[in-house]
Amino acid sequence: MTVSEIIAALPLTVITAPENPEQEVKGGYASDLLSNVMGQAGAGFLWVTMQGHQNIVAVASLLGLAGIILAGGAKPDEETIRKAGREKIALLTTELSTFEISGRLYQLGISGQC
Amino acid sequence: MITLEMQLDGASFETAGEASSRVKKVLQQIGVPGDVTRRVAIAAYEAEMNVIIHARRGIMTALIYPDRTELTVADEGPGIADISLAMQEGYSTAPDSVREMGFGAGMGLPNMARCSDEFDIETVIGEGTKIRMTIYHEKRP
Repeated sequence: MTVSEIIAALPLTVITAPENPEQEVKGGYASDLLSNVMGQAGAGFLWVTMQGHQNIVAVASLLGLAGIILAGGAKPDEETIRKAGREKIALLTTELSTFEISGRLYQLGISGQC
Repeated sequence: MITLEMQLDGASFETAGEASSRVKKVLQQIGVPGDVTRRVAIAAYEAEMNVIIHARRGIMTALIYPDRTELTVADEGPGIADISLAMQEGYSTAPDSVREMGFGAGMGLPNMARCSDEFDIETVIGEGTKIRMTIYHEKRP
């Protein structure tokens, strides 16, 4: 599934648009520990977190993630939005919890394995 | 050979990741395979974050050869009291304020070791730490 198909299928608000909306999402990972994400999330994964600070953008960019979903109503900092826009990282928010949004992604066929 | 040298400042979370990102971009430009570039990026970022979290300042040097990248991150900081403890996943001396941001989970050094083909730490308590990592550009089997 592509990033844009996922955005259309789930209750996600687009804060910053992906560089390539047709990029295939290769998997998903959910964690609020940045080094854990660094070690485990694969390229092209969607990352579900409640961390809204600017450093999430560098993690997503260095790993080549398909995007970041801020779950549980978490709001990105202003600087996070600016950086995500500059780095062309898709930044999405949802009111759904980390568990719930991860489950919905899984239902769409996005798994935790490459 | 391409040499990149970047200054790192302790506690500067607003520029965190920029040094690693520069290294990654150069590797992408010269056509190093994606999964190798990714390992360099992870190793560099974890070392960069350690300086920002724990040290006063540091320097990241990347020597990019045709067959390998050598990363050196040397800091002026507290040093590491027990390296084998620091290498254990989950062990961290990071302050609570940093942990709340999702850093300091005790996975930085293990991530660096896992991503690099050669890994070496020199540390002097009260003076600083130097981490040297070599990543070969040949894909891992």
